[in-house]
Amino acid sequence: MDEGGIITWFTGFDLPVGEVIEAAVDWLNLNASFVFEAIKFPIDIFLNGLEDFLLWVPWWIIIIALVALAWWRAGWRVGVLSAISLLLIRFLEPEYWDLTMITLGMILTAVAFSVIVGIPIGIWAALDDTVDRIVRPVLDAMQTIHPFVYLVPIVILFGPRKVPGTLATIIFALPPIVRLTNLGIRQVPEETVEAARSFGSTQQQMLFKVQIPLALPTIMAGLNQTLLLSLSMGVIAALIAAGGIGQEILRSVGRVDVARAAEAGLVVLLLAVVLDRISQAFAEGEAETA
Amino acid sequence: MAYIEIRDLYKIFGPRPKEARRMLDGGASKNEIMAKTRHAVALQDVNLSVEEGETFVVMGLSGSGKSTMIRCINRLIEATQGEILLEGRDILKYNREELRELRQNHMSMVFQRFALFPHRTVRENAAYGLEIRGVDKSERFAEAERWLNIVGLTDWADSYPRQLSGGMQQRVGIARALCTDPEILLMDEPFSALDPLIRREMQDELVELQSRLNKTIIFITHDLDEALRLGDRIAILKDGMVQQVGTPEEILTSPINDYVADFTQDVNRVRVLTAQTIMIKPRPLQIDRGGPRVALKFMEEQGMASVFVVDRHRRLLGMLTMEEAIQAVQEDRREIEPLLNHEIDKTTPETYLEDLLPIAAQRRWPIAVLDEEERLIGAIPRVAVLGALAGTPDPHGHMDDTMVEEVVDALQQAAN
Repeated sequence: MDEGGIITWFTGFDLPVGEVIEAAVDWLNLNASFVFEAIKFPIDIFLNGLEDFLLWVPWWIIIIALVALAWWRAGWRVGVLSAISLLLIRFLEPEYWDLTMITLGMILTAVAFSVIVGIPIGIWAALDDTVDRIVRPVLDAMQTIHPFVYLVPIVILFGPRKVPGTLATIIFALPPIVRLTNLGIRQVPEETVEAARSFGSTQQQMLFKVQIPLALPTIMAGLNQTLLLSLSMGVIAALIAAGGIGQEILRSVGRVDVARAAEAGLVVLLLAVVLDRISQAFAEGEAETA
Repeated sequence: MAYIEIRDLYKIFGPRPKEARRMLDGGASKNEIMAKTRHAVALQDVNLSVEEGETFVVMGLSGSGKSTMIRCINRLIEATQGEILLEGRDILKYNREELRELRQNHMSMVFQRFALFPHRTVRENAAYGLEIRGVDKSERFAEAERWLNIVGLTDWADSYPRQLSGGMQQRVGIARALCTDPEILLMDEPFSALDPLIRREMQDELVELQSRLNKTIIFITHDLDEALRLGDRIAILKDGMVQQVGTPEEILTSPINDYVADFTQDVNRVRVLTAQTIMIKPRPLQIDRGGPRVALKFMEEQGMASVFVVDRHRRLLGMLTMEEAIQAVQEDRREIEPLLNHEIDKTTPETYLEDLLPIAAQRRWPIAVLDEEERLIGAIPRVAVLGALAGTPDPHGHMDDTMVEEVVDALQQAAN
């Protein structure tokens, strides 16, 4: 064999990683589908319930409720800002309202599950360095790997549409709340924890009476991040037919319909502003009392 | 057996303390162990006993292991080896439940940087210990308010810690510690973070509070003045080893080694030493046992220029000076009575040097120390006051006249 032959052989070499993963995914799909069904099930229930509710409630009640919430937590400026934003969403293109509610349902579901999963993991990682060492690289990977990369296996394992879309959103939005819960608990001053221990607090009392309350501002900042990431991913999830306003953006872009794409994009922006302001107000409220 | 006994206590920080312990026994120094094994020896062969109801001060500079030691007592830090016996039972062997019971009911801690819970009101902070114990809200708040009242913070119950000054925050810390009615109070440099005036005030209040409560207090400090002011007994810690244990006076007057002596050198002795520490045994003249000649002989023997005159019950009648005595001898008078000088400076054995200084500075004659029945029990030549001030508690210490004059001049200038 001459040198060129070796190089040809070498450059032509193809590690069969892709094939192995494909085989694994296929195998999982065939033999472990009950696992994925079990994961989908609670999300499905929650998501559909919330979506039905948001679509059932008349639009003006939702606007009044959100504006009232914004006004109560963040003052009249944010209240007025929210009112304008939501009315714009409603009247920019009347058919967008329902799409927005579908997206909102997905976001809120993703946030709810991120909180349910993320806060306990964050607390566990804060209390146990070994857990922290395991969780940290996983979170790094979740934040480094682009969602396009995991959308494909998700479609294969979970199928297309809303529930897998929400699942992808959870994966995308989970890291900040885990990280900031971990950080918040670790930031509680050593002396404060010592004081609580010196009075004979149990682990549980320590957690619920001292550590979590003091970490709450940081946890709320994580929640705010998670919420915004959910919104951005909720739009991308349209790629796997998750529906909502993201679907409208995708369709308009495909048709090069600049006017509709711009309107749909504006709706996402306005929704982001409203959600961000309200959740930030909650975080700041916590920071004040702590 | 004492109330709390600490026996052979060791604390070595690092993953393999036993190894470091063997090196220690082999005679290796802390620094060698640190260099070779990265283990830090924090406490070494600590033996102490604390009596019920006393204020026991552990004093040492930073790095002496004092904070580690107090944390070993309530096991915020686990000791490497040794025993801490509370009424004969080893705390270090308590299981989790027993330890919690101990912390909840019998032992509370006050922290250097207060360590209040910032998200709780002052009332909720004070009630924390009872809350942990499961006492219901109205009861624990009532108790918390009672203690807040005692430390003078009734009006602040609804405030948050950050709204309070440092001194007030530490009062909350003390109320929080006392609210569970523990027998033992662990105080880890509680006043170090406060400015000097507040610190002094808090010390006085603690003394006053303790006189009513009679807790067993283990008090950590790096400030010798504070140790001397508060401690019934003081242990001096250096490099994790106890150097000396004793009453404030013992520490000051008989330091066991150079380290303790160096420490006590800068102390403001006048606030600690009392008349009885520096007084000398007087040899008074009993009035019916001699005349001016005998008096002169007494003075000669004692090397003094005067003698105290007492009655048969040793009650002080007056003082006879050398001039008067010599004059009386020359005039051949026998009666002492009319010669007596009655303007004598008197004091009690418990009087602090601080209060004797102005007298010592202004008078030539010794100060008479009297007990409650007016009996003469001691004499303080001014040399003794000034000697104690200069660091020689021994009243017969060598201090020549020029030195005395210098100190007197300095004092008089200070007085003016």
